[in-house]
Amino acid sequence: MNTMMLLEMAAQAMSERVAVQCDDNRWTMAELFAGAGRVASHLRALGVENAALLDVSSPAVPLSLFGAGWAGLPFVPLNYRLTGDELDALIARITPAVLVTDSERASGLEGRDGLTLISREELLEIARGSTEPAEPDWEMDPEEIAILLFTSGTTGVPKAAVLRHKHMVSYILGSMDFMAADESDAALVSAPPYHVAGMAALLSGIYSGRRMVQLPNFDASAWLGLANKEAITNAFVVPTMLSRIIDELEAGAHMAPTTLRALAYGGGKMPLPVIERAMHHFPTTAFTNAYGLTETSSTIAVLGPDEHREAAGSPDADARKRLGSAGRPLPGVEVEIRDEAGKPVAIGERGEIYVRGEQVSGEYKGRGSLLVEGGWFPTNDGGRLDDEGYLFVEGRIDDVIVRGGENLSPGEIEDVLHEHAEVADCAVVPVPDEQWGEGVGAAIVRARGSDVSAETLQGWVKQHLRSSRVPQLVEFWDELPYNETGKLLRRKVKEALGAPS
Amino acid sequence: MAAIKAGTRFKSAVCDTQVMVIAAPEGELELSCGGSPLVDVTADASGGEIDANHKNGTQIGKRYVNKAGDLELLCTKPGEGSLAAGGTPLVLKEAKALPSSD
Repeated sequence: MNTMMLLEMAAQAMSERVAVQCDDNRWTMAELFAGAGRVASHLRALGVENAALLDVSSPAVPLSLFGAGWAGLPFVPLNYRLTGDELDALIARITPAVLVTDSERASGLEGRDGLTLISREELLEIARGSTEPAEPDWEMDPEEIAILLFTSGTTGVPKAAVLRHKHMVSYILGSMDFMAADESDAALVSAPPYHVAGMAALLSGIYSGRRMVQLPNFDASAWLGLANKEAITNAFVVPTMLSRIIDELEAGAHMAPTTLRALAYGGGKMPLPVIERAMHHFPTTAFTNAYGLTETSSTIAVLGPDEHREAAGSPDADARKRLGSAGRPLPGVEVEIRDEAGKPVAIGERGEIYVRGEQVSGEYKGRGSLLVEGGWFPTNDGGRLDDEGYLFVEGRIDDVIVRGGENLSPGEIEDVLHEHAEVADCAVVPVPDEQWGEGVGAAIVRARGSDVSAETLQGWVKQHLRSSRVPQLVEFWDELPYNETGKLLRRKVKEALGAPS
Repeated sequence: MAAIKAGTRFKSAVCDTQVMVIAAPEGELELSCGGSPLVDVTADASGGEIDANHKNGTQIGKRYVNKAGDLELLCTKPGEGSLAAGGTPLVLKEAKALPSSD
């Protein structure tokens, strides 16, 4: 049970299919397999403990991932947006290591103890090499580490999530069938390699036999251009990417790709107006909302295309709200909502999302497993389940607003604000309050052409929720701060609202 | 054959078939391919003939299940033999239709 097994199967059954392409650089399944073997031989000879990558998407990503798997080394994709100091701190934690990077970054990293540098071009040359492909001789130990993924570290020192081969393979086997894609299918991969969605997209593409077209750096115009040029059928985007793609379409510079059959989104909360606009611009595209965490090897719940249509067209208000849900758990994944004491709550009640299944790791390097009794992982995400098993995710438990001893969930208030027709996006955070300790603050992005007032929105929340949940401070912003993988930078909103000018 | 667990890999002693266990019931189980017991994937296969009654072949990437549905094998290499548990042929599991999330 090793991620290499997935590539070996694909190379046997679909040897001539294109596995991955970036610009004019194409690799068939057979070439990728042979290349991974050559990379593995090279890595083994270096005698390192980790195989890291600091680069945008290119064929060097799957070659490093599988080469590391073949050589029995953890693959460590690093965030290329980190500062020099942040990067140095992470590198010190993984050496002795090999680091694949572009030539420009390589020159700035020379001389680090225990770090062997290989440029992207060198790696591709090694993989294309003239030596005979290696014999399949990797370990099949499911307990070996496949990927170490550093968390973004917004609340402290980044943690290294440990994803073992058994977790990644279980995710793939539990979520798709081998060779499920048609030969003409093509996926546009724009999630960065250091995000679990980027890793999941690679393994899924290999196992399903779908040609993966890599977009090294996301840009809405480039995304649409590539989608049309390459007749893309499947893609995954984070909410901010989708929002920019729609803006680009509305600006009239590009046509929506008519070949796009399936568009999955995740990585952060999707504002309802964005998905509704997307469904308007892509009337023949099937939408899937995927919810998951790094620690769960990517997706654990999906809201499928039929469910999108049913929810959007339902006369029942509760059913329509499901458009804002994360859908239902994948087969093989169990979800429970628990209270602060760790006890399951009743259907419909809010609490912390717990998850269990073969793909769930819940482990950090050097800190051990966070799994609790029975193998359950507390996600630190708040949420609730409705009576048909739909999961509603309401943000991090840490983001809870404590107002005079009462716990308020920002997600609950944001959901109500999002339902207002003149709210395009919003973020609810705690603000200092002399009487209550913390109060409710809201940063609102108005819908285009709207001049809705703070009083109107406060009145709207009051109509739907208890008065303690009404934002006492409302600011109107042009846009909210998101990181490049779609995660709302709540800390920035909190800082800004906590110290109004 | 001893008790088996998810993730264990076996190969046929009489054809090219290799499988990985996805799910298995508790207790001992006699798994075979081509009429001969499956062996550990690292073992030296002894060779031999495929039983004519167990020659329907295996297909790569397909999953094979028993009637009870508590045993599931994933074919990781195809071969000419067919899979069975306790002498009863395993059947192809129908493909799921899950929306792609990647």
